[in-house]
Amino acid sequence: MIRAWLMQHGFVFFHTLKRLASSPVTALLSITVMGIALSLPTGIYVLMENLQSVSGQIASSPQISLFLKQDAKKEDVDKVQQRLKEVSQIVNYQFIPKDVALTQLQQNSGTTDIAANLAHNPLPDAFIVHTREHTSDSLEQLRLAIQSWPEIAHVQFDSAWIDRLNALLKLGRSVVLMLATLLSIAIIAIMFNTIRLQILTKRDEIEISKLIGATDSFIRRPFLYFGAIQGVSGGITAWLIIMLGIDELNRELTPLTQLYDFNIQLQYLSLQDSISLLLFSAWLGWLGARISVANHLWQIEPK
Amino acid sequence: MITFKNVSKRYPDGYIALNNVDLAVEPGEMVFLTGHSGAGKSTLLKLIAAIERPTSGVIAISGQNIAQLKPAAIPYLRRKIGFIFQDHKLLFDRNVFENVLLPLQISNFDNNTAASRARAALDKVSLLKREKVMPITLSGGERQRLCIARAIVHRPTILIADEPTGNLDVDYARDIMAMFRSFNQVGVTVLIATHDASLLEDTQHRILSLKQGKLAA
Repeated sequence: MIRAWLMQHGFVFFHTLKRLASSPVTALLSITVMGIALSLPTGIYVLMENLQSVSGQIASSPQISLFLKQDAKKEDVDKVQQRLKEVSQIVNYQFIPKDVALTQLQQNSGTTDIAANLAHNPLPDAFIVHTREHTSDSLEQLRLAIQSWPEIAHVQFDSAWIDRLNALLKLGRSVVLMLATLLSIAIIAIMFNTIRLQILTKRDEIEISKLIGATDSFIRRPFLYFGAIQGVSGGITAWLIIMLGIDELNRELTPLTQLYDFNIQLQYLSLQDSISLLLFSAWLGWLGARISVANHLWQIEPK
Repeated sequence: MITFKNVSKRYPDGYIALNNVDLAVEPGEMVFLTGHSGAGKSTLLKLIAAIERPTSGVIAISGQNIAQLKPAAIPYLRRKIGFIFQDHKLLFDRNVFENVLLPLQISNFDNNTAASRARAALDKVSLLKREKVMPITLSGGERQRLCIARAIVHRPTILIADEPTGNLDVDYARDIMAMFRSFNQVGVTVLIATHDASLLEDTQHRILSLKQGKLAA
């Protein structure tokens, strides 16, 4: 019985493939439409994943600048250095004496004139500290702790850009979600209509099948297979579009990364994301077919 | 096998097709149903296969009341019945063999069993040599035989035929009646609706006569 059931499903599966192959242009067109529709949100998702991993790399060691008081002595610098060693959240630090800071300022093209006209060095000694902390809350706590040291005049860290980036990523995520929702509905609608037309052309077959004892699930099966197969084909198309797109962008990025001397290559869709994409697209096709079948089959009752 | 008790069928437009019909067909019996067109023959046959539902009354098939059958149970009732439709209801986009295969695919037969049964059914109606042709190329008599093959391929216990000799000449009609008798001889309950008086002349089988929705004595 189970064997017969499996054979039935196998038969319907291959019969559906044959039916798709029998009208290749129509099939290819709707598969392409579905592929493009799916590739838009998925593409943006991939770009955001990439952006997030890049920002993660940068944000993994946020930078804090400590400015000592103007009159800080050599001993004060040593004391601060000693304290920094004791703080566990600090990965490493770099001391920038005020003379070095001034030299840098003088070499900086835009500020050469200003620096040359200074009567005395207005810059304090400074430390640049890298920490393990990521969130702006924990960074703020660290800042307050350091601020309380007597030798420190000012502590500064730039958390604003992390916040901005996170806000931007959040925005991007909701754009992806909205696009995905809208385009999923569009795909369901396309499938609904495709199946509706098929049901109309197969009216006689459905009616006769019902008359000689076909169950509803038997009649539904080929349409559901059709929806799922077309959906998964759309998913594969979207996957190919994205892979080729990333390939092309990476080719464009190579000279850019050489010019700017940092190495960024866009990551492809992960295996897990690829499987999710295919399963989701199959489900969308199936769902569109299921809704269509539920809406149209009951209208065909044998008389 | 088939029992009707006080069965009435009134259509939504008010037309009464059957009026308080009582009827009993024994297992293995062969029964003719006659009457003018519009007398309710087709309606009665359709009630048996739950294609139409009665307005009132009880219809029992093998002891099962089908007047109150749930929609999901209807397919399984129809698989017990072989129905030969007045308008054939053949699939014109499938060949002869595939048409006969359909009831077996519906009942989840495996491919090998289904193919050999379909060929056996086609052999019984002498259409085996034409299994690959499309129904559109068949003559009227051949189409009727194809319908019969499709109706018996799943070995139903009840065979119902609605005007099976409708537009056929006398020789063809005689062949087809001989087929029904042979199915009846192997135990199938056969119910044939016809207005063709020549079929009924020398039959020993019971004849039920419908007049304006009522069964005449």
